[in-house]
Amino acid sequence: MTTQAQTSLTQNVTALDGGDHVITAAFIGAHPVLALADGCVKIITDGQTKSLAPHTGAPVLLGCVAGDTLLTGGEDGKIIATSADGSLTELADNKGRWVDALVAGPAQSIAWSCGKSVFCRDGKGQIRTWDAPSSVRGLGFLPKGYRLAIAHYNGASLWFPNSEAKPESLDWKGSHLDLTVSPDGRFIVTSMQENTLHGWRLADKKDMRMSGYPSKVRSLSWSHDGQWLATSGAEAAVIWPFKDKDGPMGKPPRECGVRPAKITQVAFHPKSLVLAIGYEDNCILLCRLTDAAELLVRRPVDGAGSITSMAWDGAGKRLIFGTSEGQAGLLTLP
Amino acid sequence: MSAEDKIPVTVLTGYLGAGKTTLLNRILTEPHGKKFAVVVNEFGEVGIDNDLVVGADEEVFEMNNGCICCTVRGDLIRIIESLMKRKGRFDAIIVETTGLADPAPVAQTFFVDQDVAEKTRLDAVVTVVDAKWLSERLKDAPEARNQIAFADVLILNKTDLVTEAELAAVEALIRGINPYAKLHKTQRSAVPLDAVLGRNAFDLDRILDIEPDFLEPGHHHHHSDEIGSIAITVEGDINPEKFMPWINEFTQVRGPDLLRCKGILAFKNEPRRFVFQGVHMILDGDLQRDWREDETRQSKMVFIGRKLNRQEIEAAVEACRA
Ligand SMILES: [Zn+2]
Repeated sequence: MTTQAQTSLTQNVTALDGGDHVITAAFIGAHPVLALADGCVKIITDGQTKSLAPHTGAPVLLGCVAGDTLLTGGEDGKIIATSADGSLTELADNKGRWVDALVAGPAQSIAWSCGKSVFCRDGKGQIRTWDAPSSVRGLGFLPKGYRLAIAHYNGASLWFPNSEAKPESLDWKGSHLDLTVSPDGRFIVTSMQENTLHGWRLADKKDMRMSGYPSKVRSLSWSHDGQWLATSGAEAAVIWPFKDKDGPMGKPPRECGVRPAKITQVAFHPKSLVLAIGYEDNCILLCRLTDAAELLVRRPVDGAGSITSMAWDGAGKRLIFGTSEGQAGLLTLP
Repeated sequence: MSAEDKIPVTVLTGYLGAGKTTLLNRILTEPHGKKFAVVVNEFGEVGIDNDLVVGADEEVFEMNNGCICCTVRGDLIRIIESLMKRKGRFDAIIVETTGLADPAPVAQTFFVDQDVAEKTRLDAVVTVVDAKWLSERLKDAPEARNQIAFADVLILNKTDLVTEAELAAVEALIRGINPYAKLHKTQRSAVPLDAVLGRNAFDLDRILDIEPDFLEPGHHHHHSDEIGSIAITVEGDINPEKFMPWINEFTQVRGPDLLRCKGILAFKNEPRRFVFQGVHMILDGDLQRDWREDETRQSKMVFIGRKLNRQEIEAAVEACRA
């Protein structure tokens, strides 16, 4: 074997039939699935692609995995769950209002937002709503209890949908975008309009600022052990240590996958400290945190756009990805 | 992405009932073969004749520098991010604001947000004005004055409802606030499309000349707290080492009161024209084409804003002479 072959996994990637801007590339159960901006959802089973139009022709705005289904929010204002067998279930109809954020939570619950309105739907189909002080950009369920963290202008709110109590607020001036909750539920981190991250330690609401990005951070991924948070937005994956009580405060972040291209997507392996890194030039690398070893998954292709979505399967054997120009692929680890 | 590949955005403002929706429907239905994405206020008028209409909340956010004029439309950033995932679906975007909206946050969104600025460009701010009711509006609605001051194109509509003398008075009123916008007098918002679209009003390459249409002295006298304009012409060359620090500081310090500015300058020993334009504190400037043989090397600037002091600005510019 040549040196090139040893550091490259490009042979292990098979192309998938994309077509339009890939909004979500994911797995539902064992099945690779793609949700495209043109409204098409494609399910791949044994190399065969099944195409569906869950929003009856309307474009898909966003998507996420919920159990064995793919949830999509469309321009029709609906939230549809697509199963691997192709069956479609309408979970919500927001009467044409665009869904701005969508997440899946514990016990088959889901949450979404349209403008200021936040909706939580439990596993039995009971929907609760709350109006945030301003438009909502990011949502995240806490790992325990039925509790939702909501990012908005000037901070975040913590809401118990089944309680009448006023949501608890976490204040920090500015426009908060995406939100993520640490797997142990100790920290909440948001990305901000001004190219920074903001975090709160929930125990005492202590603020944490993570800055230095040249652009907005739009992809965040926790390591399987919850000790690291990988982020996009720079020409290296910036990985913050969250092991200690203070989180990343006073500690420099790790950096890996340095290339002359901005990182658009990051996805930690579900079982080891390996990070998949997707770039604006549609290149993909795997980076091992322990020794900074790098493996090439995909060489950049001219005109193929940026990596817009990337996900591992539950076993960590396969990685699916898609680009803004409708290319998609599947890496199967040897 | 080059400027030509960016999707042009036209901002359509105007007080309620001025004829904004009529103009919008005119733009959408004329046989131009173009496809538009239209962003309207969620609670705004209905009956817009287009496939792709998106409701917006008109949510204005301050940037983190703590300055009151450094604002953007948060909802617009989100909407444009989603729209731009569907390439080839439309050729241009039209953002219609409510009658009460300040155009500045909308305009600034296209300069301040990196992702929006990468994919779209602000083409022009078009303001529709009601010839019959404008003078009344200016008394009770500061927004109406803002919208005129901010405009690149002014549609003076419903001219059939006023006498010639009344029309002249309204025009003078408008020119007192904004002397350099292109003004079109219309009935039922009937204006050729190229008067409204494809203006490149923020493109430094296209700022060819600043010839205020209406510069009679006397119309610039306004109460100091009202919005007005100051046009300055300097014969001879300017020293860039004095001018650049001054204009930077002036726009930073006076940003909240300064709505728009534009200028074409002759710098000493510089064969090219220096062109600048600004929105509040956001300033953009560059050397453009050479001065032509038949052109007089003179520097012209227009400042539109509140509480602007002519003597102060004139003295400051005078001090920048080469
Ligand atoms: Zn400002």
